[in-house]
Amino acid sequence: MIVKAKFLIPLAIVVIFAAACQSTPDEKVSVSGDSSSNIAEDSSISGSSEASIDSSDLDPSAPKPGTQEDLVQNVGDRIFFDLDSAVLSPQSRGILEKQAEWLRLFPDLSLTIEGHCDERGTREYNLALGERRASAVRSYLIALGVEGQRLNTISYGKERPYALGHDEEAWNLNRRSVSVIN
Amino acid sequence: MSMKSPFFLIHALFYNRPSSHMSLIKGLLIVFTIALSGCAALTIIPRTATADLTVDITRGYVEPMPLAIPDFLGTTAQEKKLGKDIAKVISRNLEFSGLFRPIDPKAFIEEMTPASILQPRFGDWRVINAQALVTGRVVEGQDQQFQVEFRLWDAFAGDQMLGLRFKSVKDLWRRIGHKASDAIYERLTGESGYFDTRIVYVSESGPLDRRVKRLAIMDQDGENLEFLTDGKALALTPRFSPTAQEITYLSFEKGAPRVYLRNLDTRTQEVLGEFRGMTFAPRFSPDGNQVVLTYAENGNSELYEMDLRNGQKYQLTKNTAIDTGPSYSPNGDFVAFESDRGGSQQIYIMDRNGGNVKRITFGKGRYGTPVWSPRGDLIAFTKQHRGQFSIGVIKPSGEGERILIRDYLVEGPTWAPNGRVLMFMRQTSRNPDTSELVTIDITGHNERIIFTTTAASDPAWSPVLP
Repeated sequence: MIVKAKFLIPLAIVVIFAAACQSTPDEKVSVSGDSSSNIAEDSSISGSSEASIDSSDLDPSAPKPGTQEDLVQNVGDRIFFDLDSAVLSPQSRGILEKQAEWLRLFPDLSLTIEGHCDERGTREYNLALGERRASAVRSYLIALGVEGQRLNTISYGKERPYALGHDEEAWNLNRRSVSVIN
Repeated sequence: MSMKSPFFLIHALFYNRPSSHMSLIKGLLIVFTIALSGCAALTIIPRTATADLTVDITRGYVEPMPLAIPDFLGTTAQEKKLGKDIAKVISRNLEFSGLFRPIDPKAFIEEMTPASILQPRFGDWRVINAQALVTGRVVEGQDQQFQVEFRLWDAFAGDQMLGLRFKSVKDLWRRIGHKASDAIYERLTGESGYFDTRIVYVSESGPLDRRVKRLAIMDQDGENLEFLTDGKALALTPRFSPTAQEITYLSFEKGAPRVYLRNLDTRTQEVLGEFRGMTFAPRFSPDGNQVVLTYAENGNSELYEMDLRNGQKYQLTKNTAIDTGPSYSPNGDFVAFESDRGGSQQIYIMDRNGGNVKRITFGKGRYGTPVWSPRGDLIAFTKQHRGQFSIGVIKPSGEGERILIRDYLVEGPTWAPNGRVLMFMRQTSRNPDTSELVTIDITGHNERIIFTTTAASDPAWSPVLP
């Protein structure tokens, strides 16, 4: 049982993280790669997800409130964009509303909002588009009451992909903004 | 900044015009002229073109001219080595241009002697079908000085077409080879050469999500590689000044992306201009006194011209669209740029002061990275359509669009100084994890990969060095 619990914690993190950032199956495989063979003899992954959330709540190593890990796991650090667009989807607005709430809890924190693009654009255009995306996020957070001086933006264009593939799935994950605590 | 040539002496001692012979080589020259002007019939007419000969042949493959370049002579071992190496540089350059085919030295009949380099036995060269012949010798002097003289011969007419002597220091022997290549290319094609040039580019290494991007500089043929930045900060889109002594580029060195100016001689650099937001996509004006760049803030990108002499900045565009990728016309009167003001990324041209904006691309797809040819006749671009990227050229009037090459990702063209060749970066669909530098003639022929020690992107071709 001890062995089992040990594996459930990282698994729980993976599941929560994946849910928070709309991750892909690809990603789960790579994050939980080390223990996958052990998990295989366990009950099914989906079946144990509810139990694993409980055990992570009890875990003393759960992320400290107000940290990047907290933001990633409990709020959502990123949102995604349509092709060649900086428009915030309803789902994205939901995540940013949670970010604004979370920022109210930690008034000393400030964020850098990174704007990113997929690789299917030219370099300079993507730098401009990334800036447009990061600014869209910043503007919305300001509209939600976050002080502008707590929010920096930076565009990485297509220079810092998150997913390394060269297909629609990777491009969807790379058209994003990511909020990073300064 | 001193602009003095590192060559102490460049003599054109033995120049004879093949005036009295209506020889085969002259016929050949005409063929070249036709081919070259034909391929760029949209462009400035070459000096040597004659109206009646530029009619039929449009773009197309040119059968490379066979020529012989025996090792240059020397008396000492050192001279012989230099002579061999310089001949090799010339041979490689000319072959790379796609217009010449150096003949394998194993086929040579005549052995070069001090007498024969002044008076070759042309019959021996005609037999192996060498249309042209290059002979030369190396003489060492004092204090690392040396001297190279060479002659270009029309093997069929038995004429000397060119004779030059270069004097320099040993360290610059490769550049002597490039200068000689330029002179030969120019004499045989009527176009200026582009071999004594450098390439600045982005050297890439490491995994894609933590890619290290360093500025690197090398000779046009991949030699004399040197890294300019250490890779700790992302560095992108380097561009040469018209003297090739400075570059302007984008660096994330201070966190936010900023345009930098770097002196290649003193190795000093500075952030360009005072802007609150990010600056990117810089390019020098033709006289080197200004840099045009993009300034983005609050989701809006606009073009600005910075005067390097007084730090003044002047806003060229004003709207809510993305305006970026600016490039001056060679006469400095116009700026080409890309904008999504019409709904999608397209290429526009405006007056230098921002007035009189007009769109020039109307084909299917998106167009970006306009780069004006040094000849002024064409604008190179990157196009995206149906999931493919391509490199093409279009006249500033918006007419005559031609696609030269397509792939998974081809991007960021840069012109050879004679406006005949483009270099760009390519990620192939077969191997999209890496990127390479590729050249192609504006005819769409002679595609070549430039050797680099790492993955590479964002090439910029220098002007011909002073």
